[in-house]
Amino acid sequence: MSIAAVRPGLPLADVNPVAKIAATVPLSIVLILTLDAVSATVAILCEVAVFTAAGLGSLLWSRRTLVVWIAAPLTGISMVLYGAPSGATLWEFGVIHVTEGSVQIGLATMARVIAIALPAVVLFLSIDPTDLADGLAQTLRLPARFVLGALAALRLVGSSIDDWRTLTLARRARGIADHGAIRRGLGQAFALLVLAIRRGSVLATAMEARGFGAPVERTWARTAHFGRAEWAVIGVGCLVAAVAATAAVLAGTWNVVWT
Amino acid sequence: MTVTGAAPVRPASVTAEGWGWRHGGRRDPAVQGLDLRIAPGERVLLLGASGSGKSTLLHGLAGVLGGDDDGEATGRLIVDGQPAAASRGRSGLVLQDPDAQLIMARLGDDVAFGLENLGVPRFGIWPRVVDALDAVGLDLPLDHSTAQLSGGQRQRLALAGVIAMRPGLILLDEPTANLDPAGVLEVRDAVARVADETGATLIVIEHRVSAWLPVVDRVVVLGQGGGLLADGRPAEVLVQRATDLRAAGVWLPDDVPWHAPQPDVASRHPLLVADGLDVARVPGMPVLRSVDVQVDAGSILAVTGPNGVGKSTLGLTLAGLLRPERGHLAPHAALAAGLVGEPWRWRSRDLLSRIGTVFQSPEHQFLAGSVRDELEVGPRALRLPADERRARTDELLSALRLDRLAAANPFTLSGGEKRRLSVATVLATRPRMLVLDEPTFGQDANTWRELARLIVALRDEGVGVVAVTHDETFVDAIADRRLDISRTMTEAAR
Repeated sequence: MSIAAVRPGLPLADVNPVAKIAATVPLSIVLILTLDAVSATVAILCEVAVFTAAGLGSLLWSRRTLVVWIAAPLTGISMVLYGAPSGATLWEFGVIHVTEGSVQIGLATMARVIAIALPAVVLFLSIDPTDLADGLAQTLRLPARFVLGALAALRLVGSSIDDWRTLTLARRARGIADHGAIRRGLGQAFALLVLAIRRGSVLATAMEARGFGAPVERTWARTAHFGRAEWAVIGVGCLVAAVAATAAVLAGTWNVVWT
Repeated sequence: MTVTGAAPVRPASVTAEGWGWRHGGRRDPAVQGLDLRIAPGERVLLLGASGSGKSTLLHGLAGVLGGDDDGEATGRLIVDGQPAAASRGRSGLVLQDPDAQLIMARLGDDVAFGLENLGVPRFGIWPRVVDALDAVGLDLPLDHSTAQLSGGQRQRLALAGVIAMRPGLILLDEPTANLDPAGVLEVRDAVARVADETGATLIVIEHRVSAWLPVVDRVVVLGQGGGLLADGRPAEVLVQRATDLRAAGVWLPDDVPWHAPQPDVASRHPLLVADGLDVARVPGMPVLRSVDVQVDAGSILAVTGPNGVGKSTLGLTLAGLLRPERGHLAPHAALAAGLVGEPWRWRSRDLLSRIGTVFQSPEHQFLAGSVRDELEVGPRALRLPADERRARTDELLSALRLDRLAAANPFTLSGGEKRRLSVATVLATRPRMLVLDEPTFGQDANTWRELARLIVALRDEGVGVVAVTHDETFVDAIADRRLDISRTMTEAAR
């Protein structure tokens, strides 16, 4: 089992991952600048429209994005309960002041979390780790040793998940699984770390034996191209950010956080 | 592009002159004063007892032993007139563990990895990738996921990654020790084809020599002290030095290290009966269905079948560690000893004196910082009095020749010692039934014999043993019954 599984056939799978990540940046900046519900809501609507049009609708509504839909309301509620009080007080209990102002902030926060996290999750699910490494090394010129080391380490995550399962069974077999779950969990985590290091060092030997780190200029078997499609993806990202900002200004809710 | 797949290369020569290596932090050198000369194109089977430094020599030739921080070299180790450490790219190394050497997620990328590192231009890479995959007979798409390959396919992929770099020297460190019998032949044949087509010099380490004899033309045996114990043509060395080789744990053709005496059938009685069992490691994803099997006291049941068929999962389910997806698992009173219900419902502590499990990789089950503490984990969980704990531990330490290592950390032991310790930890709580997952994996003939004797002794004391295994010698010489999962779901009496 591997989390670095290849996911061919998804729309945008061929787009340089660096462009996908860059495309989310403008909107994130806009939504961090302002704290209002309009900009974030418009952004969510745009995102849903864009992803659906791009053919990523099934990924958008899949279980993998569920965490966003659950986490966002939770952050919203905490802002409602503990956010800076302003306007009429609706409910009060100890340190909890629910006011008109905090409800607004809560809604705006929830929408912002969704608007920022949703594209990040959807785009990341369409990124193959190998392509990302190629993009980081060839497009952004990050050091190959670092990028490929991280990529190889990612492959070990799958083995570690299997190791964790086996370690759990082994602890039951050794007769110590009835009590002390927390202490046992810590010990098991340490054992997992030891196993991961051992696997890592064997992998490092295998990579070195294949000339990794040799003192010659490394070449790349795959091209990380950066062309029209990549600029288009970034353009769409900028467009969504601009639409969200414009909507907020027109609605009069644009509200830069530090003013 | 060549028709034959792998392009011919210039075979490398190997020279060791008084070469030695001491790993950092160790007192004694792993190899000492080695003198060896291998001509270009020779195919050498490298043998020797565990601890004679075979792997160290291979790693040295591959240039992956590291620098002064990692250890201390003496003498000279030369590949094609150059120091081995500086001739990366002239040699290629394949390691034992099929899981640990996958580097990339896609088949083609994995083979291309070495070529990229050597700075081969992109247009030159892909034809060589295709040629190398062709040479090892991996007829799969370039974007095939490497995670989905079998053990034999993974080792052939590692070999392809090495030969794509066109090394003059191919180094194989127990490439088939972890494979099922079909995988062994698969990899051996790929190596033979590659050696024929490229003409490269070949050095292979493997305990079980019979599979490799058709491929090699020279056998070199390292002695414990660092010199050569034997060197020559395979037929001569294996016959003339048979006694020495056996003492070193080398597995000579047609050797069976030990035959188990017949079991006492009269005292046999059932311990656990499985009826229509579906087993799954991840709940909801059964890997094996409708298994009927019975585990008897005083009998060794071998569970065999190809990689990935669900043998280990069945073993873990019989051991009460996994909940069956479907079917019944009924313990007899002789096993349950007062408990009710199926074993997976029993408490972890209650399993100790009833069913013991030895995992495929001993590291998974080690819990303590010393061998003695490791042996006391089970007795402690059973809340045995201190003197009883000590008595059991001392007895096991001497019976399994671990007494000199009582204070050592379990993770620092050798492969054979780790295996003995993992069996000993289970025996410390005297279970009535024992489940062993691949007990003889990667063992040389000596450690194999020790384990086999131990398992048979338990059988003769009335323990019911289940051994999940690929090892045909074990099945033939040691096991009393076999459940072959590939053929049938019902067991046949031998």
